[in-house]
Amino acid sequence: MTTPLLSVRNLAVHFPVRSGVFGRMTGAVRAVDGVSFDIFPGETLGIVGESGCGKTTMGRAILRLVEPTAGSIHFDGVDFRALKGKALRAMRRHLQIIFQDPFSSLNPRLTVGTTIKEGLLVHRIAEGAAADQRVAQLLDEVGLQASYATRYPHEFSGGQRQRIGIARALAVEPKLIVCDEPVSALDVSVQAQVINLLQDLQKRRGLAYLFIAHDLSVVEHMANRVGVMYLGRFMELTSAEALYREPLMPYTQALLSAIPVPDPERKRNRIVLAGDPPSPAHPPAGCVFHPRCHHPSRDAACAAIVPPLEEKAPHHWCACLKQPPTIVPWGEQQRAGATHEPARHLPSAAMHSAGSLPESPAR
Amino acid sequence: MSTPDSARVLLSVENLRTWFHTRDGVARAVDGVSFDVRAGETLCVVGESGSGKSVTALSLLRLIDPPGRIEPGSRIAFEGRDLMTATEEEVRRLRGNRIAMVFQEPMSALNPVFTVGDQVAEVARIHDGASRRAAWDRAVEMLSLVGIPDPAARARQYPHEMSGGMRQRVLIAMALVMNPALLIADEPTTALDVTIQAQILELLTSVQERFGTAIILITHDLGVVAEAADRVLVMYGGQVVERAAVRDLFASPQHPYTQGLLRAMPRVGQGRDRLLTIPGTVPPPTAWPSGCRFRDRCPLAFDRCEREAPELTNVVASHAARCHVAGTPLPAAAASS
Repeated sequence: MTTPLLSVRNLAVHFPVRSGVFGRMTGAVRAVDGVSFDIFPGETLGIVGESGCGKTTMGRAILRLVEPTAGSIHFDGVDFRALKGKALRAMRRHLQIIFQDPFSSLNPRLTVGTTIKEGLLVHRIAEGAAADQRVAQLLDEVGLQASYATRYPHEFSGGQRQRIGIARALAVEPKLIVCDEPVSALDVSVQAQVINLLQDLQKRRGLAYLFIAHDLSVVEHMANRVGVMYLGRFMELTSAEALYREPLMPYTQALLSAIPVPDPERKRNRIVLAGDPPSPAHPPAGCVFHPRCHHPSRDAACAAIVPPLEEKAPHHWCACLKQPPTIVPWGEQQRAGATHEPARHLPSAAMHSAGSLPESPAR
Repeated sequence: MSTPDSARVLLSVENLRTWFHTRDGVARAVDGVSFDVRAGETLCVVGESGSGKSVTALSLLRLIDPPGRIEPGSRIAFEGRDLMTATEEEVRRLRGNRIAMVFQEPMSALNPVFTVGDQVAEVARIHDGASRRAAWDRAVEMLSLVGIPDPAARARQYPHEMSGGMRQRVLIAMALVMNPALLIADEPTTALDVTIQAQILELLTSVQERFGTAIILITHDLGVVAEAADRVLVMYGGQVVERAAVRDLFASPQHPYTQGLLRAMPRVGQGRDRLLTIPGTVPPPTAWPSGCRFRDRCPLAFDRCEREAPELTNVVASHAARCHVAGTPLPAAAASS
């Protein structure tokens, strides 16, 4: 394969918890806690997870909108964390972000044209009439009329505003766009329009996306590979196809089985997880998922040993002691109180094979 | 969750019109909606933002404030009683008692300065005249019923000490105190994560099985509809555009809007094929198009759709659609971006 565009290693973002009169640091919320991955040019890496899993913080940490606590970020071979001032700003041209909320992410006092043009001027890509022409092209590219440049954000619907946000990101010709829940605030019919637009732009411009979303069907639709986050860590990382066909991590299995499927004929054995995700300020010891886990081999070792994210099958990474194979020796598991040997567990409830899906009636 | 057709009609709505008389004109948010809810069934109302589904729900409890108004000629009958002519006092006695409501935002629907136990107990004290002690015991019992672990301790907690899923359980507990005949749930799982959503849907189903509660479930998610509904109303432009049993709706959607919605959803296992979309957006309720309100987004529209507003008519028995060419399949690649 080619060299990665973005290479992230052991990225961590810890927010200090201060208490007392002197504001002493008494703990830390480990929002992102040691995440590593690569993104290749033109690829989409999807990130899924429930609220509070750290996916948004991670997206922002990569752009250094939130300063990481530890870890390395290399973009196009450059150590992004070492950059400062001018060099940092210049590099940011290549990394852009699209936000979730199309209502609060645009400045209400600036016309659409000014908003889109800002990046062009800052990075000296175009000026004057050339910049205006570029704005018109960008609006056209995202499916809006060029005349909209003189209007203000409040004159647009949610879907149109999201298109404006996309045009703003595209203006500086980035190589990577972090898409943070770009369609979750949109209605179904509009959501499909924006998803198609993002895919078209990717094809046309060879963009790479880090696509963050809580909706697993949207992520599967967008992504080549998917990382599943839970309490600031990757639980599973593999191709979208393998993840949905053969999810190894019990958490992923439960997530997939919880997606409501638009087919009333299909009755499934849903894996309903007990309880809520724990607080990232007090993550459970061992495997962070073990208190809610349904793997039949779950035992005391899961509460004692942090499972490494390891390659269980070619290009299929998963952090689970009980899904074989594992590099953690059985002897070590036993010393931690293990009573159940690892055994492959693939509940049918989690499987979404293409064959079991209904034909769309109007097709 | 199945209901025989002969089941008792609990709620009957006819020609409900809720209009908002604003400076920018009259917003006809709900404009001629008719439906029945039968005892013990789940009726899902599905639609996008601006379709009028939430205003419909609020109208049922007469919770519409000026400039909104339920227009004369609207009819709402619950257990044989005409709610449009009932006094404010009579309606208040029904709310939280025979008809209960669960809202989308579990944080803002709870009072932050009272414990959740107090808030659940209050319902029993107001509607049942229960003593402080008895009401508290009832609150703990209800919290346990909705699956809150360690309910006696949790009852003494404040809303901010609970997660979103727990708060939604509290709201459901509050709604169930008086064992209502009808529970109206407006997007009860929209603010929740998918695993928590699964828990709440399961809870609603088990409540219904146990107490025979009829549920009106308002949602924008067709996946939730498929999981929970017995019958479905699809709303667009303040009107019902399709009404069907859940199986019929998914097996043979009749209205082009319903067909479009089903095709626009990304589905697991479908791969990265281009999604089929519905062009444009929902028009504002102050300016519905003449004739069919969906016509400017509809790939099947022709001149009649502009001249003549279609009626909601039965296509086959108990499957109705508001379309001149109901049942015509959308062209394969109707529209793009």
